Amino acid sequence: MEHSNDKYIEVTDLKKHFYLKQKKILKAVDGVSFSIKRGQTLGLVGESGCGKTTLGRTLIHIYEPTAGKIMMDGKDITKVNSKEYKQLTSKAQMIFQDPYASLDTHMTTLEIIAEGMAIHNMYSAKERKERAEAYLSMVGLNKEHGSRFPHEFSGGQRQRIGIARALAIEPEFVVCDEPISALDVSVQAQIVNLLIRLQNELHLTFLFIAHDLSMVKHISDYVAVMYLGAIVEITSSEELYSHPEHPYTQSLLSAIPIPDPRVSASRKRILLQGEIPTPINTPPGCKFKNRCQHCMKRCDAEEPKLKEIAPGHFVACHLFNS
Amino acid sequence: MDEYSNFSSAAEMPIEERLKAAKGRFDHIGVDSKASEGITRPTIGYWKDAWIRLRKNKIALISLAVIVLYVIMALFGGAMVEFDYKANDLFNVNQPPNSVHWFGTDTLGRDLWARTWQGARVSLLIGLVSAVMQLTLGIIVGGLAGYLGGTFDLIVMRITEILDSIPFLIMVILIMMVFGSGIVPLILAFAITGWISMARLVRGQVYQLKSQEFMMAARSMGASTSRMIFKHLIPNMAGVMIVTLTMKVPQAIFSEAFLSYIGLGVQPPQTSWGQLANQGSQVMSVYPYQLLIPAFFISTMMLAMQLFGDGLRDALDPKLRK
Repeated sequence: MEHSNDKYIEVTDLKKHFYLKQKKILKAVDGVSFSIKRGQTLGLVGESGCGKTTLGRTLIHIYEPTAGKIMMDGKDITKVNSKEYKQLTSKAQMIFQDPYASLDTHMTTLEIIAEGMAIHNMYSAKERKERAEAYLSMVGLNKEHGSRFPHEFSGGQRQRIGIARALAIEPEFVVCDEPISALDVSVQAQIVNLLIRLQNELHLTFLFIAHDLSMVKHISDYVAVMYLGAIVEITSSEELYSHPEHPYTQSLLSAIPIPDPRVSASRKRILLQGEIPTPINTPPGCKFKNRCQHCMKRCDAEEPKLKEIAPGHFVACHLFNS
Repeated sequence: MDEYSNFSSAAEMPIEERLKAAKGRFDHIGVDSKASEGITRPTIGYWKDAWIRLRKNKIALISLAVIVLYVIMALFGGAMVEFDYKANDLFNVNQPPNSVHWFGTDTLGRDLWARTWQGARVSLLIGLVSAVMQLTLGIIVGGLAGYLGGTFDLIVMRITEILDSIPFLIMVILIMMVFGSGIVPLILAFAITGWISMARLVRGQVYQLKSQEFMMAARSMGASTSRMIFKHLIPNMAGVMIVTLTMKVPQAIFSEAFLSYIGLGVQPPQTSWGQLANQGSQVMSVYPYQLLIPAFFISTMMLAMQLFGDGLRDALDPKLRK
């Protein structure tokens, strides 16, 4: 795609379908392609239920992909056996969305952070403890917090523990699955800044999943907009925010609140009609057609493919296909 | 006059003025955040932490002491007197407690002290062994059904439902018909009828836990199945399982007492607490001590088991740490 060389993650036509009862198929991720350069961040935005989390989880094999190809660091990791999976987990990690559910309440903070190192037999037990303490201070907690249990922390502190746990394995690639959505606004900025700092220090590659557009702009080099299992627009984050082209992206961006009542009142908001359709047994054609104000005849019959409309700016919409 | 003279109250003064007025009156002493976090407890693991919390629970400790005392007395109490538990002495029937027969004698002149501790042996053996068997069977079957899910779960759960629909008494009588009556068939009967509820409980717990994010996090760190079960599943289920276990022991003791009453339990001259209570109840109006003594031991044992179970559950849940 738009990125030249040194693609750390390259995904081609990735699909994840869930087979439901009565032969229904839920196409959570349906033909997604993108790539991320080493050390960069791809932001992934979209409304609830559009398949962001499923995509993130499929990338690191929490779910097995149905079809498509995943390349990581030049290696094909589409299919992995249990040995390869363990190797993969030492390179790719995940920060989970819910800081209350993602930590085992029966383990102390140090045990939680050191668990990954123990699984991968990294260092001696004593070194693991020391390193876990070092990670604690790296994410802004004290050494003394190590003996406490997760319920003794606030949401923001728990999320920091989750981050420390993911990074303690020394991964190269981290899927951040809405790491800030469960936190209050003041803590969100702290966590995002922490992630940016750690990325620079440790040369990490991020897939940053979120539905908060302004946070995504802050952290991402590239942003992909997802709608109902497919990417509808992908480009650099400045380009996306200054020149959104897909009707869906435009409506998303127009929904960002502006902290100035005069500007906010003069702005024209694009209000979407209807609800996001169910991803079960989707009809042919463009997935966005029933909510799109530019819907044409062609949109009913043919699903638009991602097309480069400007250098490094890809949009999947028939408006740009003629 | 002071600096406030131009204003009717201090609150009306602009902030700059107020700061100026306050200058020199207050010293900024600062906060030493390191020192405030300095005094904390040392790092301790989950089990050690649970033990510390259990030790603080007086009621649980007393209950544990009662259970240990009864077990010791069951083992050695009979040897403290010269009488055999099954030796008749028709010259000394129905003696009230005295210095020779500490708990008196029954209608056949058998020493009740010796019989009480022989009965304790039988009752505790039946209670503990059948509870442990129920627990083991329940964990294996329920754990597999919950962990694997799908068709296996469906089949196993339907089988347990069919088994569960057979009345307890019919089941016991059938087992007695095959194996004869005695302690071993009784334990078998309790184990066969009791594991079903345990399996259901474990299955429900596993089902609930396995979809939690911390289980997913452990898997995404490369944890093996055995690590998932022993490090995450079991500690998280331990509380509920221990409470159920401590309910199962008195339940088995009670069931045995009931079966002895209708003549299906242990057969004389062998005895048990239930058997003793049964015989005592026949002469209750004349020699009440023959009923009161075994009744006292049955009820204190039940109480101790349940209170100890409660204490253990609290100790095993770090969320209840004060």
